[in-house]
Amino acid sequence: MEVTLTHFLVVSTLLFSFGIYGVVTRKNAIMVLMGIELILNASNINFIAFSRFGNFGLQGQLFALFVIVLAAAEAAIALAIVLNLYKTFVNVNVDEINTLKD
Amino acid sequence: MSESLLINISVIVLFLPLLGFIVTLFLGKKVKKIFFFEVFILFAGLVLSAILLFGKLTYFSDSRIVSEFKWIDMGNVPVFGSINIYLGMLIDDISALMIVVVYIISFLVHFFSIDYMKGDIRYNRYFAYLGLFTFSMSGIVLTHNFLMMYIFWELVGISSYLLIGFWYEKKSASDAGKKAFIVNRIGDLGMLAGLLILFISYNTFTFEQIFGEIAKGNLPFNSEFWLTVTGVLIFCGAIGKSAQFPLHVWLPDAMEGPTPVSALIHAATMVAAGVYLVVRVFGILTADAMLVIAAIGALSAFIPATIALTQNDIKRVLAYSTISQLGYMVMALGVGAYKFAFFHLITHAFFKACLFLGSGSVIHAMHHEQDIRNMGGLRKKMPITYATFLLSSIAISGIPLTSGFLSKDGILSGSYAFASLTGHWLFPFVGFLVAMMTAFYMFRLVILTFHGEPRNKEKYDHAHESGFAMAMPLVVLSVLSLFFWYTPNPMSPDAGWFYTKWIKAPVIYTPDNARFDFMKSDDLILSQTAPDQSVMYSETYTEALHHSHGTAVILSLLVAISGILLAFTMYQWKKISADKLAERFKPLYNFSYNKWYFDELYNKTFVAGTLGLSYVVAWIDRVIVDGIVDGSATVTKAVSAFTGKFDNVVVDGLVNFMAYLSAFIGLIFRRFQTGKVQTYIIMGIFSIVILLFLFKSI
Repeated sequence: MEVTLTHFLVVSTLLFSFGIYGVVTRKNAIMVLMGIELILNASNINFIAFSRFGNFGLQGQLFALFVIVLAAAEAAIALAIVLNLYKTFVNVNVDEINTLKD
Repeated sequence: MSESLLINISVIVLFLPLLGFIVTLFLGKKVKKIFFFEVFILFAGLVLSAILLFGKLTYFSDSRIVSEFKWIDMGNVPVFGSINIYLGMLIDDISALMIVVVYIISFLVHFFSIDYMKGDIRYNRYFAYLGLFTFSMSGIVLTHNFLMMYIFWELVGISSYLLIGFWYEKKSASDAGKKAFIVNRIGDLGMLAGLLILFISYNTFTFEQIFGEIAKGNLPFNSEFWLTVTGVLIFCGAIGKSAQFPLHVWLPDAMEGPTPVSALIHAATMVAAGVYLVVRVFGILTADAMLVIAAIGALSAFIPATIALTQNDIKRVLAYSTISQLGYMVMALGVGAYKFAFFHLITHAFFKACLFLGSGSVIHAMHHEQDIRNMGGLRKKMPITYATFLLSSIAISGIPLTSGFLSKDGILSGSYAFASLTGHWLFPFVGFLVAMMTAFYMFRLVILTFHGEPRNKEKYDHAHESGFAMAMPLVVLSVLSLFFWYTPNPMSPDAGWFYTKWIKAPVIYTPDNARFDFMKSDDLILSQTAPDQSVMYSETYTEALHHSHGTAVILSLLVAISGILLAFTMYQWKKISADKLAERFKPLYNFSYNKWYFDELYNKTFVAGTLGLSYVVAWIDRVIVDGIVDGSATVTKAVSAFTGKFDNVVVDGLVNFMAYLSAFIGLIFRRFQTGKVQTYIIMGIFSIVILLFLFKSI
């Protein structure tokens, strides 16, 4: 069986869906961040798959590298924010951190 | 003596009594003896007015002295043209004579009142009112225009009202005051209308200007008819003030006032103001107007004379006699006997004032008894009062050697001459009839009061002669009723100084075709002094007067003596019983005794009519007008209740509905705004999914 673009897309869709699921259902900010990482990686799979099967050259692979870098930077900042949140609120539940609403 | 001096004197004479009025009124409560000031003022005024008359007759006998100043400058009024209103003084023969008469009587009445009113609680105020009256009367006499005359006319009315109702605690007195005032108002309305016709026609109130315009042929509304109407309307003022026929009812009631007031106001001066007014406007009366005046005068001479025959109140007899004599004067003016009318005005003023003061003296002596049936025999107790009263009665009856004879004879021969020229024989007939009745009722009064046996012993015993303050005016006035003041010839005044020097023939301004035949200008004797002025006494008239004089003298003597004799037979010698006569002619007697039922008639018609009208108007006010007002209030209430409901339910309902609606919508959409990012993300994803499905085909 030959691995086609569809297989890649199905995997990335599953990964994206898990990611979304994680982002939407988890209360813990770290779990949400992990969901975001999953979404980013799903998009990375898509980028690379389209780069492999499409006629776009190396742009897709390059973008995947960008996204990994971005994800690393984002994780760094987000974890710093989560740490600060923890310092302020003693927990990291996103639905309880709502003082801006008031 | 210069004109300006005379004018100054006249102004002082006019305003002195006002000063007296103000001082006496305001100091009356503080200074007990302030009335002396008022009496002194009057004396000063009397002296000054005598100087005025003397100066006028001596130095300016042929001229009219006028001094005026512009009071109101209305400028150029649209439609009317320029209108200026002048005030000013006029000194001519009649005003100078009249002012002296006013002051003589006023002063004597003041003097008389010092004793008569002694002990009254409002003693000083009484004198103040007398001062006010004298001021107003002087104003009427001395003014040179109709406006001032009208103002003072009303002032006289108010002072008369104040004095009639002086004892206002008495209901009858205050009622009489009101009656006099209201009845006078009716006449004054006519006078005002007449003055306004003149004013809108000529834009001026000044006598000279108005008369001048009429002399030039400018008639009101360019018609003789309107000139007649004007004359009659102005005469309405005289009807009211001089108590002439339809409006005479107030004068007998006015006797409720103090007796000196009756003498001053309701016998000698104020009621003569009406005659004075007609004398003033005599020059512009048309023949028709004069006939109306003569008819009113004849009626007013006749009716009250018949009433006076049977009255028992001493003052009421004199009151009716006054109306009758005023009717005489008015009739004389109507028939063109101008000089005689004015002469009678003056002589009557003196002897009627004397009669009233005499009756005041009697009433004072009898402790306010006025019924002649309770008097009698006072001759012995009160010789001075009796003598003066008798002399005045002789004068008013028209017996020779008195002034009354001269003037009355003049009026009678005047009306006789008028009748012989125009054929109106009723006037002299009424004249002689009234002369007879006058002689009768005056001597009835004298006999019942002073002669015979006292009928009320108790009051008689207390009666006493009055003191100097009351006796002096009586003597002066009765002496003034003698002939020699006016003419050297006791039988005919024609050659005397009164007719030749003191009073001139009137100047007539009416157009020729509106005059009586005997007053036409082509038939006139031009007076030597003022040849350019047409003087009314024509050749024919003078001749007729000359012819009638002899007849009139004999006839008037005859009727006067027969009247006196009749009075003596009935009341002194009792040959004819007055009671039996009254019994015999019961209806006539009752008719006269009840004053021709004039009061009842007026009560039934005018008073009841006015009351009825007032009731109707009040009913209309209460039911219809108030009904409409209340109804509109109810309607407004109903409407506002409805709109209130509409506001509350519909408008507010809509507004509230919108609010509820948005609240409801908000309630729904609030659900989407949870504030949780995760929810938004789900929504976003769902939206994208939906969008993808929607645009799948593209």
